Amino acid sequence: MRQMIWLLLKREWQLTWRRPGDLLNPLIFFAMVITLFPLAVGPEPQLLQRMASGIIWVAALLATLLSLDGLFRSDFEDGSLEQWVLSPHPLTLLVLVKVLHHWLMCGLLLVLLAPVLGLMLALPWSVMPTLCLTLLLGTAVLSLLGAIGAALTVGLKGSGSMLLALLILPLYIPVLILGTGAMDAALQGLPVLGYLLWLGCLALLALSLAPLAIAAGLRIGVSE
Amino acid sequence: MSWTFFHKLGSPKWFYEISGKLLPWLALASVLLLAIGVVWGLFYAPEDYQQGNSFRIIYIHVPAAILAQSCYMMLAVAGIVGLVWRMKLADVALQCAAPIGAWMTFVALITGSIWGKPTWGTYWEWDARLTSMLILLFLYFGIIALRMAISNRDTAAKATAVMAIVGVVNIPIIKYSVDWWNTLHQPATFTMTEKPAMPPEMWLPLLVMVIAFYGLFALNLLLRMRLEVLRREYKARWVREILEKSS
Repeated sequence: MRQMIWLLLKREWQLTWRRPGDLLNPLIFFAMVITLFPLAVGPEPQLLQRMASGIIWVAALLATLLSLDGLFRSDFEDGSLEQWVLSPHPLTLLVLVKVLHHWLMCGLLLVLLAPVLGLMLALPWSVMPTLCLTLLLGTAVLSLLGAIGAALTVGLKGSGSMLLALLILPLYIPVLILGTGAMDAALQGLPVLGYLLWLGCLALLALSLAPLAIAAGLRIGVSE
Repeated sequence: MSWTFFHKLGSPKWFYEISGKLLPWLALASVLLLAIGVVWGLFYAPEDYQQGNSFRIIYIHVPAAILAQSCYMMLAVAGIVGLVWRMKLADVALQCAAPIGAWMTFVALITGSIWGKPTWGTYWEWDARLTSMLILLFLYFGIIALRMAISNRDTAAKATAVMAIVGVVNIPIIKYSVDWWNTLHQPATFTMTEKPAMPPEMWLPLLVMVIAFYGLFALNLLLRMRLEVLRREYKARWVREILEKSS
């Protein structure tokens, strides 16, 4: 079992490095969306600081969502998804490894980039640890929930990404509220531990339940 | 306890016969209740001492909102039944109930905003309950869109069932977080006028209206489901017999 997980991670890793562009695209998108906001609302630092946590969170949410669109597509098209369904290993574990890899490649990089963009939006250094921690926990939930939508829309031709957004964005709302709430508290110098614990709670809940739904979605997509 | 009745439920023919016998009674009861509720609520219930007559929209707003929420629960139950027992009728119910639920959510939002104008002085307020209803509407749209996007009927049935269940697990979390968000960003401009506990002359017609809305929902659902069953089973002999008899 451990060997299987290891092999799967290695395979995902190799696939990612064959096309490093896919790794960068969500990051560039994240930075570009954030750049649009000062251009749209004006460059006053006070205004930007007030809106910064919301902007960063919405951008992170959209970047994760867009990067999830192709999560299972190539595996579906080349038939490896069918092999997964047929394999003796539990499908829930296989998809969990896949989503974990996605989170490492997308969520973690977003977390690393976020403080730089936060500085550009006039956030003080003191809130950066909170920003990184909330994004770290939050993107895990975003990846897990979004993978449910990616699994359900895997066999669709055409407007799969728009449908994915329609399905999943309402489910992202709690993460958005908790993430921005923690940032607001940090900006006002209030304790943020409660928010972080709640986000951790959501992450654990998603970690335990989402793989079941993802596996069910993939089985449906493959059976078509 | 024998489970034959449960498996019979899965038979489209049996459903069609039983629902046909049930329809007239259901229609009679719900139309009667609706008439009583509307006349009682709009003409005979006493005026609210603060809101005057404008509060009477409650007799449409509250039943629609209650139904919008319980309809989503019904979708999830239908989804579970469809996934676990592979019952085709559960999928028919899910497919037919989703648009009704979306309409009820829409009616609740519209009547809420019409009610908001005279009471709160604004059509839209980012109030926790309004926001939750809006998100519920988006969840309905998601289910309907997923159904429309998948051409294979069995695949669409299973996918929407999974989505309905995922949505139901998330609804309490969303609701709770939106409530919390609202207390954090509480707009200080208004508080909903604290009403004293409603007198029975006010809430009795409301109760009648809620039951009438449930009746109308069941009626509408059965009519839609019967049509969908005929559409799906049009090759079966019993459907042809019915069609020949009626034409």
